[in-house]
Amino acid sequence: MSEEIVFDCLHAEIVNYCLNNSKDQNDLATLEYIGFTTGYRLIERLTRDVARFKDELETMKFICTDFWILIYKKQVDNLRTNNYGMYVVQDKAFRFLTRISPGSKQLEQAPKFVAFTCGLVRGALSNLGINSTVTAEVQTIPACRFHIEVNRG
Amino acid sequence: MSRQASRLDAKKVNSEFLTLTYGALVTQMLRDFENVDDVNKQLERIGYNMGMRLIEDFLARTSAPRCLEMRETADRIQQAFRIYLNVQPTISNWSAASDEFSLLFDTNPLTEFVELPSDLSNLRYSAILSGCIRGALEMVQLEVQSWFVQDQLKGDNVTELRVKFVRRLEEAIPAGED
Repeated sequence: MSEEIVFDCLHAEIVNYCLNNSKDQNDLATLEYIGFTTGYRLIERLTRDVARFKDELETMKFICTDFWILIYKKQVDNLRTNNYGMYVVQDKAFRFLTRISPGSKQLEQAPKFVAFTCGLVRGALSNLGINSTVTAEVQTIPACRFHIEVNRG
Repeated sequence: MSRQASRLDAKKVNSEFLTLTYGALVTQMLRDFENVDDVNKQLERIGYNMGMRLIEDFLARTSAPRCLEMRETADRIQQAFRIYLNVQPTISNWSAASDEFSLLFDTNPLTEFVELPSDLSNLRYSAILSGCIRGALEMVQLEVQSWFVQDQLKGDNVTELRVKFVRRLEEAIPAGED
């Protein structure tokens, strides 16, 4: 897939840009926000011809299957929920981490490479009417776990 | 799941994903910098960095031999656009000395959803493309200049990207190595 490498390069450049441009090197808010606006707009185009989702779980399933396959070229490995608005999505070979060598030093840098996606998912859900908080956790590269907490009420 | 997946065209989604992400980046830059020229510079630089990486993929993918003249280089650039952005620019307007040419784009995937507000007429929205060409060619020892002559975003009929040969770079040896 030729376009994939273009996006991978762009993503890496966006990460660099956002971190070099902010005062705090650990400030991932801008990066997350770029992901948010992208996800918000993208999902609108993706779901144009899709039947309305009947509930929150069905929406989550769409994110973990169709959406994930299109963006990350694979389905997520696991989706779990406590049925109280907490979802855990696991991807054992996350696209933006597969080109990074696994090591403790690299692990420290991992949050940079998942922040865009946190925003992307939050943006997509937001446009589908779900207000959420998305965080990511990387324990071993290239596996990643996203925690989606739906803010109800 | 497959019911819906079959209706979504992966290629189109990929391209829209790239377009929207790039748009989000440009928007962010416009918030970060007061001066539009600074945004142009940043975009060009990002393109330059991407070009330096993409050329390696390009050489590996096409196993293209060394170009002996600019006309060959132009063909390679055209090919690269086809591979990476799925557009085929037309090569034209060669200078008499054959050291300068234009790439004409009927469509520009980066600007698919874009409309420039009138106060941003200085913005070179697609500056990433000229940066990319410059970065990629520098890695194969060609210094070029690249700039936009016409832009559909600004009401022109086509988007015209000009590339001018400057000089051949000497094989540079990193400092401290003989």
